[in-house]
Amino acid sequence: MNIVNFTPIPAFTGGLIIGLAVAVFFLLNGRLVGISGIASNALTEKENKFDNLLFLLGLITAPFIYSLFSNGGINISISNSYVLMIAAGLLVGIGTRISGGCTSGHGISGIGRFSLRSIIATITFMIVGILTVYVKNLL
Amino acid sequence: MNKLASLLSGIIFGIGLVISEMVDPAKVLGFLDLFGNWDPSLAFVMMGALVVASPLFHIIKKKEKPLLAEEFNYSNNKTINNQLILGSTLFGAGWGLGGLCPGPAITSVALLNIYSITFVVSMFIGFYLVKSFNLSSPR
Repeated sequence: MNIVNFTPIPAFTGGLIIGLAVAVFFLLNGRLVGISGIASNALTEKENKFDNLLFLLGLITAPFIYSLFSNGGINISISNSYVLMIAAGLLVGIGTRISGGCTSGHGISGIGRFSLRSIIATITFMIVGILTVYVKNLL
Repeated sequence: MNKLASLLSGIIFGIGLVISEMVDPAKVLGFLDLFGNWDPSLAFVMMGALVVASPLFHIIKKKEKPLLAEEFNYSNNKTINNQLILGSTLFGAGWGLGGLCPGPAITSVALLNIYSITFVVSMFIGFYLVKSFNLSSPR
């Protein structure tokens, strides 16, 4: 194992802001953030539909607001295989709804309230993610 | 007011994802590449988020009700079953393939990258399939 590209300060700072968002949503609206649930329910449920859509709109607006206060652009590097991204998207969409949460719902909101269910979910998807990358790198 | 709170929470959450660089699939895949070139940043994002969200969750939930809603409304599902493990496994595989989970994926739509948009559309199809076949985890 080599440690590369490690950016602890932006990572921790961004994490604090994410935690703040979870706390604000809980204090004001009484709900815990789980993005897969918010996104899925925005599509399929009537209850809280407008709130869910506004939360998603907030996410999409964030890069623009960030750009107003920052000089640097936002660069990402992503696979350029449509087949891979379709498979990945389907797996993430199906998997998160079957298990009832993703990195935010289980990983932050769930672990934050010491839910054993969420701790087990998070350990599972991290181990499988690590194995998937390991196997992908062998191919 | 609670609509504004949803939008605001989404914006804060998204800014956290941008600052922590979790919108970049390369950062996520670097974290999952534990046996190769490992980038521990994602662990610091989760620590930052939990340091804020967890104590505030436990303080806020003692209130009688949230500031802008009638009652607290969050999952109290404690079930640990095959559904939880299966869903988390599928999610982990998709996460390791694409390097995107729901929050960063939706936030990255703002960057107008065709591959991340392909992922998001596929993810929503996944949400819809789980709903149609009634496979969702109960809350």
